[in-house]
Amino acid sequence: MRAMSSDGATPPPLQLRCCGASGCRCAGSQALFAALLQARDQLGGAAEAVLIRSVGCLRLCGRGPLVALDRPEHPSCLYAALTPQQAPDLLAVAAGLADHRQRGLAAQRIAADHPFFALQRPVVLEHCGLVDPESIDDAIALGTYAQLRRVLAERTPEQVREQVKRSGLRGRGGAGYPTGLKWDTVALQPPGPRSVVCNADEGDPGAFMDRSVLESDPHRLIEGLAIAAFAVGAERGVVYVRAEYPLAVERLRLALKQARARSLLGTAIAGTRFSLRLELRVGAGAYVCGEETALLASIEGLRGTPRPRPPFPAELGLAGAPTLINNVETLAAIPAILREGGDWYAAIGTAASRGTKVFALSGAVERTGLVEVPMGTSLRTVVCTIGGGVPGGMGPDRGVKAVQTGGPSGGCIPASHLDTPVAYESLRDLGSIMGSGGMVVMGEATAMPEVARHFMRFSVRESCGKCVPCRAGTVQLAELLDRFVERRATLADLERLELLCAMVQATSLCGLGQAAPNPVLSTLRWFRAEYQAACRQPQRCEGGVP
Amino acid sequence: MEAMPQQVAESISRLIRQQHGRPDALIEVLHRVQERIGYLPRPALAQVARELRLPLSRVQGVASFYHLFRLTAPTAHRCAVCLGTACFVQGGGELAARLERRLGLRLDDPAGNGTWALEHVSCVGACGQAPVLVVDGRLEPRLPLDDPEALAARLDALGLAGALRPVVP
Repeated sequence: MRAMSSDGATPPPLQLRCCGASGCRCAGSQALFAALLQARDQLGGAAEAVLIRSVGCLRLCGRGPLVALDRPEHPSCLYAALTPQQAPDLLAVAAGLADHRQRGLAAQRIAADHPFFALQRPVVLEHCGLVDPESIDDAIALGTYAQLRRVLAERTPEQVREQVKRSGLRGRGGAGYPTGLKWDTVALQPPGPRSVVCNADEGDPGAFMDRSVLESDPHRLIEGLAIAAFAVGAERGVVYVRAEYPLAVERLRLALKQARARSLLGTAIAGTRFSLRLELRVGAGAYVCGEETALLASIEGLRGTPRPRPPFPAELGLAGAPTLINNVETLAAIPAILREGGDWYAAIGTAASRGTKVFALSGAVERTGLVEVPMGTSLRTVVCTIGGGVPGGMGPDRGVKAVQTGGPSGGCIPASHLDTPVAYESLRDLGSIMGSGGMVVMGEATAMPEVARHFMRFSVRESCGKCVPCRAGTVQLAELLDRFVERRATLADLERLELLCAMVQATSLCGLGQAAPNPVLSTLRWFRAEYQAACRQPQRCEGGVP
Repeated sequence: MEAMPQQVAESISRLIRQQHGRPDALIEVLHRVQERIGYLPRPALAQVARELRLPLSRVQGVASFYHLFRLTAPTAHRCAVCLGTACFVQGGGELAARLERRLGLRLDDPAGNGTWALEHVSCVGACGQAPVLVVDGRLEPRLPLDDPEALAARLDALGLAGALRPVVP
């Protein structure tokens, strides 16, 4: 919870930073904000010196509404679950008129050295919760757009791509493809127009990292995207945001308008010869549109159905032009990489998975919210130390039964592997994937065949219907899983389940279908006994399968 | 096919012009038509097809593909229950079942009970507040599933009261 800009030079003023992201909003942050303004007027005197600002996500989303307090000469701290009635108390504390203990705020106060914050390493989220997402002046004061200006004035596209390659950054949408390589592929296509697309169709249930970036620091994304466009020679860009994120759409729309007005987008950006026409496209509720070829179809106003690759969008994308498609978090990491250098970023994380990763921690866990940690941090650190484990959970695993990562394309990692470092390869070896960053904690109360069915039903609903293995296979898989959930399965069902999983995986057209069996396969791998126990004659199942 | 009021037809033409009549803006146009009318009736789709110079099949195909487009008139009130993974772990499925009983309707039946319709949503990204509902567009966090009385009070306050149901003797 650093309250300084990333260069660390300016100490924060006396201020209350009120979370205005959608999590805290639904918990009543707008009423709290109004109450704080009113309380300041009423208190007057020393309270008038307290700056009250609306900012983005303060990360501990499960305990909103949240307000951070910065006082010169004091470490910053966070107040959670505040009510409008507590506004005068909080203001009195902020103004130094009273101590938080006197005002009954002790139980709601979270210090900056709390493990939830102390173990995080904000890079993508460095300004999240500091900057007012609706103010471009605020963003510029914190250094946003400085890298874009510098790159346009002093660097060639090759030099920019070189830094990104050095950083070792890999796609944060889930696939983990090396970002620099992708940029090179697009840049080195034959001469002609190119496009950049930001995939903000964050559809994995349990994922809200991109929503938080869009709602909290939209100018950072625009800067990253503009730098990417310069690096690959694109003059057209599209941000595709899912319609389920109305506040993100609203703030991004405002940010685009502000950036255009400052000549940071449009023609002759910042007085250079570089131009970028950037537009916003809003989805209409289709998970499959997160797949890159389906996303392109949707941008062109078509049904969001994938097509076979190759040709890859890097060769043949929007309007037939080579198109760079990157996820929100990937692009939001770019300004920091260029500011500090690719080598700086590469020094964070593990050999194959560099840098930091933002996770959305939720489910049966004490502290839910946004977590950005260096790659290679153990699951245990994230789930048990930062997250606090399952509420009321005991023992070294804190009541954790499994951690689901990667959404409907991922899997469940059992508590026995909590010491696994979070990285692309290590999660894949356990039968799950890093995915986009959703991390859902499950306690003993959650039955694994039900989890598998939950995801399979999701895949049934979201299958676009184009290819048969996914369209029909997921329905059959869901029906087989019904038998396990309802405890009427047989040994043959277990075999059929595994056969069908292998078939859907091998023969589906796009990643959605190919990965749809993953939640079944990973729960079968680690929690097979639960499937066996769900058979009508459990003993036969146990005997029949090694 | 019933004709639309002149005024509505004119406003559809206007918003198509705002998108410069570009066929690739079809989804954006459909969003705005739905905002204006509440759903996408056939005559509106036909008009959109005509004015964007697209086959009606293409417009109908897109409108029926995406979950957020409604092809029938909505009920007066709508409640979406999130069945994302975090909500699932925190009892979202049970919440949906309770709402079905309470409102006397079936999940994802657009007709609902005449006043309310209950639909599922796959994830609204409010996982930190699970389980959540979206009631008439407003996000409702942390429904207290483990406290039936508090839950009943919350649902009552949201107007999610039981519809007129026959009294069981």
